[in-house]
Amino acid sequence: MIMHSILAHSAIISPMLRFLAAWMLVLSFALLAQRRLLSLIRLLAWQGVTLAVGTALVGQLTGDPILWVSAVLTLSIKGILMPYVLHYLLRRLQVRGDVEMALNVPSTQLLGILLVVFAFSIAAPLDGYLPAATHGMLGIALAAFLLSFLMMITRRKAISQIVGFLAMDNALFFAATSATLGMPLIVELGIALDTLIGLVVIGVFFFQIRDTFDSLDLHYLEHIREDK
Amino acid sequence: MNSSDCLLWVLYASLLALLPTVLVAIPALPIRWKRSLGFLVTVALCLLLIVVGIHALASPALHASIPGPLTDLAWQFTLDPLSGFFLLVLGSVGFAASLHAIGYFHHGSQSKLKQVLLPYPVFVTAMVWVLLAANAYTFLVAWELMALSSTFLILVEGQDQRRQQAAYLYLLIAHIGALALFVAFALLSHGDLISNGSFQRMAQLSSSPLVANVVFGLTLLGFGAKLGLLPLHAWLPEAHPAAPSPVSALMSGAMLPIAVYGLLRIDWQILPAGAVWWGPLWLGLGLCSALFAVLYSALQTDMKRLLAYSSMENMGLILIALGLSRIFAEQNLWPLAALALIAGLFQVLNHAFFKSLLFLGSGSVLHATGTLEMSHLGGLIRSMPQTAFLALIGIFALAGLPPLNGFASEWLLLQAFLLAPSLPSGMLRAILPLAAAGVVLVTAVAAFAIVKFYGIAFLGRARSAVAKHEAGIWERASMAFLALFCVLLGVFPGRVVDSLSHITALLLHGSQIAHQSALALTPISAQRASYLPGVFLLGIALSIAVVFVLVWWRFGRSLRRAPVWSCGFAADYSAQTQDSPTGFSQPLLRIFGVSLSTLRSRQGLGNAIPVQIPDPFWKGFYLPWARAALGMAAMVSRLQHGRITSYLLYSFLTLIVLLVIFR
Repeated sequence: MIMHSILAHSAIISPMLRFLAAWMLVLSFALLAQRRLLSLIRLLAWQGVTLAVGTALVGQLTGDPILWVSAVLTLSIKGILMPYVLHYLLRRLQVRGDVEMALNVPSTQLLGILLVVFAFSIAAPLDGYLPAATHGMLGIALAAFLLSFLMMITRRKAISQIVGFLAMDNALFFAATSATLGMPLIVELGIALDTLIGLVVIGVFFFQIRDTFDSLDLHYLEHIREDK
Repeated sequence: MNSSDCLLWVLYASLLALLPTVLVAIPALPIRWKRSLGFLVTVALCLLLIVVGIHALASPALHASIPGPLTDLAWQFTLDPLSGFFLLVLGSVGFAASLHAIGYFHHGSQSKLKQVLLPYPVFVTAMVWVLLAANAYTFLVAWELMALSSTFLILVEGQDQRRQQAAYLYLLIAHIGALALFVAFALLSHGDLISNGSFQRMAQLSSSPLVANVVFGLTLLGFGAKLGLLPLHAWLPEAHPAAPSPVSALMSGAMLPIAVYGLLRIDWQILPAGAVWWGPLWLGLGLCSALFAVLYSALQTDMKRLLAYSSMENMGLILIALGLSRIFAEQNLWPLAALALIAGLFQVLNHAFFKSLLFLGSGSVLHATGTLEMSHLGGLIRSMPQTAFLALIGIFALAGLPPLNGFASEWLLLQAFLLAPSLPSGMLRAILPLAAAGVVLVTAVAAFAIVKFYGIAFLGRARSAVAKHEAGIWERASMAFLALFCVLLGVFPGRVVDSLSHITALLLHGSQIAHQSALALTPISAQRASYLPGVFLLGIALSIAVVFVLVWWRFGRSLRRAPVWSCGFAADYSAQTQDSPTGFSQPLLRIFGVSLSTLRSRQGLGNAIPVQIPDPFWKGFYLPWARAALGMAAMVSRLQHGRITSYLLYSFLTLIVLLVIFR
């Protein structure tokens, strides 16, 4: 029954999934390049929406109703709630202006391209184990993951790091839903809860850092370390 | 009590004995109740241990298994003659130490009592479990628990820098030892602690000679660290004086022998086939350790430090006995091996009694005078006559004087040495008499050290610290118990040796030494050598009585106090003119001074010149290791910038490298 529905829909849905995957990668590159905090959060929200649509498409493909629930949850948490919370934090903390970067944008982008090539070369042998509809997805997910990681490394402000962290989470999510056609809802819920709690903790932490150092710039944290 | 339930009884009792840890937390309970109840629970447990230990000495092994928190790893316990004997040792020391503790912590505050009563029962219970453990898991958990709880007990008396350092050093060496044991068990179980973890199973598995040798080395490291074997002894003279006296007594009398138990259990029972050099190595290490320790013990000026070094020396003697037994066993001279092993085990028992007696005695001295520094003490025999008398018995026992227990075991050990000519190897035949001479030297210097201990602190006149009161009733009762058994074990050594033969039968393929009569000790045959402690006791008692009567008859019954005769000079002989503790051992320092680096500092004319003798192993062994560890830490700390982005970079690069490797 499931096989039948996959055959019926894959002709339309597979290209759409591929398009979404490409869009995901573009968003990751955009995150890497973006300097302004507000735009970063907006890009993150777009990633969340993309994920939700992707999950819904996979749900349509496999006919699994749970994935629709997951899609709704993803949209509400990753697409709306988390960006909203971040936005709220931004206003409360009155952080403005550009994100300082440890490395300039062109070199970061070049590094990013190398990472994408690397990710594809790693993921290519695994395609054989995956359904035909999702070939290449794992590479994209891995690339998005590595790009988010790179973003965390190159940023100095605490908020942009949390954006990078959430983007990493999105990439993992994408790998789980789109590349392997869904995962158990309970795992998904667990991960979502973890991320939420992490966000809350980090939010509290932000206020502490700002109260202590009058800034959210992370290089102030270097003073905490034990002296030699 | 049904005999087959013995083991379970002990296990439940050892769990019940943890009750005081909860008890101290009840705020409504008056402090007096907490103190008495808290320690009396341990006293009761220790009484049970004595009963069960004696019972187990002559009974077949009992087994028990309790499901543990981890599904595949159960708590397994065995009670056989070997663990029974060490339970008996633990019970006796624990009984006296806990009784003493009721008096010792009499003046402490509520918070101090809490600090003691939390780890103290855990310590005793952990030792019980170590002795009963029948698989590696149980053994290691209990072993760690023992190390941790005793560390906290070291810190009870205060947390000044010296105590903290002592506790840290102790914990560090204990953990290095535990790590070695862990690896040894992993090797013994062929890497599968779940299915091969029980001691019984390990003994069935065969190991290659290389593995056996490595395990031997690791256990020597692990148990040697606890035993205070030569390069790993540094914690011992620091930790013992830092701990409260009942705890020192427990650590010295019961915890150090547990390492002996471990050596017997693992290197003897589980690793049956050994290389030829194992026995000589034990003997040599034990001898070096004993010689070093006894020399340092004689040079100490702190009562408990002196006793701590003396404990190390006794452990050395015990290891010598085990090594000798191993040498004999290697040549299939089973009765001789049994004799040497019995000498070692007897020494364990005796050491437990006389050393805890002396530790408890010095605890009472500390209470009455506020110091343990011998250059401040003196003349305690007048202000604390009963403590002094009880300590005197301990002194005699430690010095190895005939009717007391210390002599019996040392005599047995020397008897075993005298049988060395029956060995086939010419090399060993030539070396063993030298080792025997070394043992004699050790016992002689030990006697010197302990005479100094008693002579300086208890005899003469008070130097600067004066005893304010005699020891309390609990303290005296506990010391009287130990002193009584020092005498009894010495007068009836035959009974002890008889009960110890069950252990030799267990460890040495059923070989025992001849059945002993109650009053005499004849290790091999009556023609060769026998020892009648009763005769000695009678002789000594008679001569004392005769002298006493003569003196009484000749000089009358009244005691006359007169000033010291000052050779006709009009000099003021204050207490400072007495021999100082450093001065007493000065001849020894002169003889062995070449090998010791002494630090002298002159504090103005007329005052004593304090001589410090630093432990050469600090400079030669510990500091290089510490420097190496710190150097490595500094290298690692270069990676630590405290910058989040670089930490992220590390994990990022690790991820990339792992992906490349495992693609």
